[in-house]
Amino acid sequence: MDSVFVHKIWNDNELSKMLGGKDVPFAMLSDQNGNIGRLYGVYDEEAGTETRGRFIIDPDGVIQAFEVMTPPVGRNVKETLRQIQAFQYVREAKGAEVAPAGWRPGKNTLKPGPQLVGNVWKEWKVQEAFEE
Amino acid sequence: MKEFEAGCSRPKGQAKPATTIVATPEVERGEQKTMIQVGKPAPQFSAPAFYQGKFVEMDLADYKGKWVMLCFYPGDFTFV
Repeated sequence: MDSVFVHKIWNDNELSKMLGGKDVPFAMLSDQNGNIGRLYGVYDEEAGTETRGRFIIDPDGVIQAFEVMTPPVGRNVKETLRQIQAFQYVREAKGAEVAPAGWRPGKNTLKPGPQLVGNVWKEWKVQEAFEE
Repeated sequence: MKEFEAGCSRPKGQAKPATTIVATPEVERGEQKTMIQVGKPAPQFSAPAFYQGKFVEMDLADYKGKWVMLCFYPGDFTFV
């Protein structure tokens, strides 16, 4: 919502101090009239602000995941990175493998097919959803 | 990514409604409602940005071929 000038001041005066003097490593875009937020369904017309929307867009420009939260709770960056890693993995596998709940790099994937129907319980345990 | 001169007029950015604006009954009342869906193309847009110490023009289309994480937040200097 803020101008690029305010983005600069926020970077220079606060965010860079969290980053040991380095600039924010990604682009800080300005959506001053909220039109991009409207396009993505995250603009709150009554409050006149964007909500905390997060979209993962793949190399083809397709939205693979999104999350939208009200302002007072921050995001889980590790979870976002986990999702990106999982989407990258399954994209690479071209449908031969899928990432079950709680998957992260190094953990077992599932290979969909007729033989797996009704047999996921043999290949995947509930506790895997909770393991790091 | 084009750098632009920092002036007093508001830099232009634009939402580019393409194929993803879906007509819903709201349209009849003069509103447009966007339907964001996973597995569907991300709406295209361009916007001014602050990046690596410069003011630049960003376009989502320039990121074709890369993974993009697009985040919205209520405002600079908000606490979380």
